[in-house]
Amino acid sequence: MFYREAGDFRTTYAEDQQTFPIKFDRYRYYLVLFIAIVVVPFVVNDYWVNSLLLPFLIYAIAAIGLNILVGYCGQVSLGTGGFMAVGAYTCYKFMTGVDIWWGGELLFRLPEFNIFFSVIMGGVMTALVGVLFGLPSLRIKGFYLAVATLAAQFFLVWLFNRVSWFYNYSASGQISAPERDIFGVLLTGPSVQPWAAYLFCLFFTITCAVIARNMTRGASGRKWMAIRDMDIAAEIIGVNPLKAKLTAFMVSSFFIGISGALFFSVYLGAVEVGEAFGITKSFLVLFMIIIGGLGSIFGSFAGAAFLVLLPVALKVVGVDWFGWPTDIVAHLQLVIVGGLIIVFLIAEPHGIAQLWRVAKEKLRLWPFPH
Amino acid sequence: MKYKLGTMAVAAMMAASPVMADLVFPSLSYRTGPYAAGGIPFADGYADYFTMLNARDGGIGGVMTKVIECETGYNTEKGVECYESTKGEGSLVYQPLSTGITYQLIPKTTADNIPMHTMGYGRTSAANGDVFSHTFNYPANYWNGASGAINYLLGENGGSLEGKKIALVYHNSAYGKEPIRTLQELSKKHGFEFKEVPVDHPGQEQKSQWLQIRRDKPDYVIMYGWGVMNQVAIQEAANIRFPMENFIGVWWSGSENDVLAAGDAANGYKALTFHGVGSDFPVFDDIKTHVTDAGNAAGAGDQIGTVLYNRGMYAAMLAAEAVKTAQEIHGVADINAAQMRDGMEALEITEEKMAALGLPNFGPSFKVSCQNHGGDGLVGVTQWDASSKTWSLISDFAPSDMDVIGPLIEEDSAAYAAENNIESNC
Repeated sequence: MFYREAGDFRTTYAEDQQTFPIKFDRYRYYLVLFIAIVVVPFVVNDYWVNSLLLPFLIYAIAAIGLNILVGYCGQVSLGTGGFMAVGAYTCYKFMTGVDIWWGGELLFRLPEFNIFFSVIMGGVMTALVGVLFGLPSLRIKGFYLAVATLAAQFFLVWLFNRVSWFYNYSASGQISAPERDIFGVLLTGPSVQPWAAYLFCLFFTITCAVIARNMTRGASGRKWMAIRDMDIAAEIIGVNPLKAKLTAFMVSSFFIGISGALFFSVYLGAVEVGEAFGITKSFLVLFMIIIGGLGSIFGSFAGAAFLVLLPVALKVVGVDWFGWPTDIVAHLQLVIVGGLIIVFLIAEPHGIAQLWRVAKEKLRLWPFPH
Repeated sequence: MKYKLGTMAVAAMMAASPVMADLVFPSLSYRTGPYAAGGIPFADGYADYFTMLNARDGGIGGVMTKVIECETGYNTEKGVECYESTKGEGSLVYQPLSTGITYQLIPKTTADNIPMHTMGYGRTSAANGDVFSHTFNYPANYWNGASGAINYLLGENGGSLEGKKIALVYHNSAYGKEPIRTLQELSKKHGFEFKEVPVDHPGQEQKSQWLQIRRDKPDYVIMYGWGVMNQVAIQEAANIRFPMENFIGVWWSGSENDVLAAGDAANGYKALTFHGVGSDFPVFDDIKTHVTDAGNAAGAGDQIGTVLYNRGMYAAMLAAEAVKTAQEIHGVADINAAQMRDGMEALEITEEKMAALGLPNFGPSFKVSCQNHGGDGLVGVTQWDASSKTWSLISDFAPSDMDVIGPLIEEDSAAYAAENNIESNC
């Protein structure tokens, strides 16, 4: 009833191949976009943006990135936290002006980049680092690759803690985002308007999602999936594993770098690498795509929403409604989130995205299943 | 999408119920995670003191107090969430008990015009009130601590540390890195050799660090640790038979939790402090009568008199005194955050005031001013007695080397002011 295909005629290949071929689906997508872009900025306050929307949008980008690598290309990675750190520190260096030293003397200093381009540079630099750490994937697979990327995680965190150039020689090792704007609208720093920060992140999230969606259903995505399903067979039918794996690492790291840059500059404003980009971050993003659904862009959003919003929701219900002690609620959170992860893995191994797909199939036939 | 909308609805309902008529003190506590052992007693002390004020005096100046707890787990992201969810409730002062969260909140609280008190932690250069208008770190900060430890060692060595080796075992984070600059300057001044030994979060594995210390044989070890790292370090020090009386922790590495695990081996371990130890103060009788015996204790009620409980209680006491000062300045009982800031800036703690509050000789007397948000930085040394399981103060609250610290504070705060285009406040 809700997903009527009857009367929805498609007369060109372009129409047939669009992301949302069913008219109702397409309008729902436009409606969500409309609400997100036009309505939400007018109604949000500091709390919604800083506690719910920004982490959701930023983690969604990271989840999309990791999903390309793990879900589409089948290369397990535990280096997400480290790659986010690369994005964050690159963004910081570019927004404060990269200084190049040689033999103890300042050789030259790049001008400060605009925050928009700093974030992009964060993505670009992370893509390069990602390719570098993706090289072992040509030789090793599965668990062994996971361990190799784990090494990247620890190495990168160590590097940013150890080399003081990355944090501009500050005494504490923290990096703090100075105030930056685009066309006079502040985007970083404490006086940012909630709608500005939200729209800035939303722009990156939508752009990344659209790019990812189109890449994964195009030639490159098919190559990735061929490698994922059976790499030897893929090689025999003419997929170059070197290119396919390294592009997957590159694109995935690009998105993760952008999310790291936004995470530091717009969301937190000050980070410390060990605390913000530790191994727990890698696991968090991995859980997001496992719960949301491997190999699904919608799944990345669903997983990010699930793991960002559920703890906040539980806290609100437990502490503010029932007035339970905060430590009990914090422990309950761990129990409930952990329990739900297990339930999902058993009941629906393909994640929330699969639930959504099944629901859509049901709705197509409802109320007259044949 | 479904989950998102659902949670939004929940958040909207929550945001619609602020209660404004109380003096609200948000407590960004952590009762879970690897730092809970330190977070629990501090949060209990903080909450119990306000409960006691409500029960005994009917609040402060006739207005009841209210503590809102929010669990951060020592995690900066949750800290931001806690800040955003409590700042609309009329919060007067933030005390995040985490250097990482402090760095997040310094610009935010300044923009929102809410003061923040980081007692003995946070960004040390916030002592310069000229630059950091809304951040206070009286009565002592990390650099006072580093200098206090060196001064104490100077006293033990007849005024000279020439040729001595001093190692710093530190939590490899913003917190642990804070004293390095000061110790480097002091090593130049006093001619001792200074070594850095970083320990990564959470610090459960320190074998290699202590092997390094065994090899280098430093004369003294100073520790800037927190949470489980402290216990492990003291145990490891005992394992390599490092003499405990030459091992000095900062005030965050000097609670009962840290030394009890090592048993008798921890006997003689020293720690810095900026307030008194033990439960031998009249105020604790009031807390017992009005809070624990009445069944209103924030925690299990078993922490009274422990180092960190005392510190939380001390933090609450200083906040309450700042409220009284603000009430006098502005002539209103139900003050807001901006008035609270003025109260903190005009705070003066004298010996008579402390005695009247039931805390004679509990802490040093000090005075806050517009320029000086850090107090006088007096630091004492305590020592652990493993047989009686007590800390005892073994030195007076002595001044630290402001000739070294002053210029460092000036330099660091000037850099912050330049980065953020801050004009002088005073």
